[in-house]
Amino acid sequence: MRRIFYSTLTLLALAGPAAHAETPEERGLAIAQEADRRNQGWVDSKVDLRMILRNAQGESSERSMKLRALEVISDTEGDKSLTYFLSPADVEGTALLSFTRITEADDQWLYLPALKRVKRIASANKSGSFVGSEFAFEDLLAQEVGRFTYKFLREEPCPTEESKGLTCFVSERFPVYENSGYTKQISWVDSAEYRVWQLDLYDRKEEHSKTLTFSDYRQYQDKFWRAHTLDMVNLQSNKSTTLAFGDYSLNAGVDQSEFDADALSRLR
Amino acid sequence: MRSRGGRIGLIAQAAALAGAALASAAFIGEAAAREPELSGFAAIEVRIFPSDPQFPQQETAVVQPSLALQPEVRWDIDEDQRITFIPFARLDSADTERTHADLRELNYLYDGGEWDVRVGFAKVFWGVAESRHLVDIINQTDLIESADEEDKLGQPMVNANVLTEIGTFSGFVMPFFRERTYPGIEGRPGFPIPVREDDAVFESPDGESHVDWAARWQMRVGAFDIGLAHFSGTGREPRLVTTVVPGTGPALVPHYDLIEQSSIDAQATLDAWLLKLEAIARSGQGDSFAAVTTGFEYTLYQVFESSADLGLISEYHYDGRDDTAPFTLFDNDLMVGARLAFNDIDDSSVLLGAINDLETGTTVMTLEAATRIADGFKLEIEARAFPYVANGATESAFGRDHMLEIRLQRFF
Repeated sequence: MRRIFYSTLTLLALAGPAAHAETPEERGLAIAQEADRRNQGWVDSKVDLRMILRNAQGESSERSMKLRALEVISDTEGDKSLTYFLSPADVEGTALLSFTRITEADDQWLYLPALKRVKRIASANKSGSFVGSEFAFEDLLAQEVGRFTYKFLREEPCPTEESKGLTCFVSERFPVYENSGYTKQISWVDSAEYRVWQLDLYDRKEEHSKTLTFSDYRQYQDKFWRAHTLDMVNLQSNKSTTLAFGDYSLNAGVDQSEFDADALSRLR
Repeated sequence: MRSRGGRIGLIAQAAALAGAALASAAFIGEAAAREPELSGFAAIEVRIFPSDPQFPQQETAVVQPSLALQPEVRWDIDEDQRITFIPFARLDSADTERTHADLRELNYLYDGGEWDVRVGFAKVFWGVAESRHLVDIINQTDLIESADEEDKLGQPMVNANVLTEIGTFSGFVMPFFRERTYPGIEGRPGFPIPVREDDAVFESPDGESHVDWAARWQMRVGAFDIGLAHFSGTGREPRLVTTVVPGTGPALVPHYDLIEQSSIDAQATLDAWLLKLEAIARSGQGDSFAAVTTGFEYTLYQVFESSADLGLISEYHYDGRDDTAPFTLFDNDLMVGARLAFNDIDDSSVLLGAINDLETGTTVMTLEAATRIADGFKLEIEARAFPYVANGATESAFGRDHMLEIRLQRFF
């Protein structure tokens, strides 16, 4: 009896202030922070992926690439990533090295193997299409908490087939980094594991222009959830792009020196 | 025939070296059991010269087809070691000199994480600019492949790089010199008299065997990428000296001088702006001189309501060399250009540029366009035109060589 009393008191003590003082902005931020907290500690990751691009007529073409990433936990700097193209054959060996920052400009270098040239490229291109796909550069960069402000909207059943039965937090988030092509994104994050299942992307005209859905979630090392299929549908052009990931290797001991623009010429 | 024989001999030697390396690596790598990977391309190319040639010996055919092949073998022996073998060959219908072969790469790479070593024929690029590669000096230009000086011959070297907190330090020892390739008497663009590569004159008593060296430091700090380098050895640019060889008439003989060249290259990347600088100071060819290339690229993203990016490029070139140094087009020139990258599935792009000599008014216009037309097939178009060439300018030798080049590459 006494135990129940104390528990109830504790619950009230915890829930009480939150219920009264937590604004939708605070709750949105708290959800993003919790998702981020649950995803800390993967150190580095290696994964191969196929990118399938489809036009409105249903014709498709494919690219494949290797992705290496290095986790950076900092208030100003984000993760580092290295994208290495395997196909089409004429771009094989082309590589893109990105150092993300939370709100400052990112650093990006492109390696062109035929010329052995490492080109520093302007990072202002957040909203540009990534290699002709429906993904913009900013969709693929690390989704650091500090890159957005948040606003919690509601709770509702999760929207996708795979997430059926789960409850989702629906929040708006607004990019605070420069040169974003989006005015707003709406996210569906499940309350059980804080996985994102859907993002509705609103363009500069504040129109819902693209929808990104996440599926084939699998858990690694009893902790880290990774979606293995990402589908981006452009609602205006009816083009779509699917990213199909292979198995992830996390904490794989990726050599840190790979994430150096001066090491790119070793790649090919 | 010395040079030609020498070149083929060199390739044969290198091929033997490759065979030995592959055989020994096969032995070492048995346990790793990684297979060598073959890739590369084959290309059909057509050069179209709409104007009659300037010189009587030049090929008069308007359409000049050729074939090229570049297989690429890469063998990752293990996580840290790789052997790369990239030969190149071209068969040209018009110019017997353009029918040529080269060893672009045949090297062994050891990747030690914070350091790496490369031994063999390799290619290295330095620099940031688009219209002139002023500081890029390690590899000789394969001029006969393309007059834009962007094709390079494989350079035998031992190269070591160390990546540190205070930048990357690189050293190069180059025990053998590669001579620049020139068009034959039939070739366009070309010269009124033959270039006698076989009679090349070297300032060094060791000739092609003079050991060149170079050192480089580069660092990337915030918005800035900076490189400082020094090269000591036989300069890659020869002076072409008119020489009368008894019995055969006048010819241009390449003279290769020993030079010292210090260089800086830097780029500031600020939002949509790339600000670029390349500068050299060189001694050993006439009076010591400096040369500078500086300019910018500004990109407008998603232009015309599309996903295409439009880059606006301008570069200024100054070169202080005197008449006794090798000829350069870039003594006091301004380049303006535009690059349209479509960001489409087929990676289509167009680069249009013009270089104007601010003193003589001579103007060269160039166009480069590329797209993928099917899986594995890439179509490239290059065009060059001379809307105005000043009378008496050295460039007047090329004034009629307007050219359209169409290239279909099959990658495998």
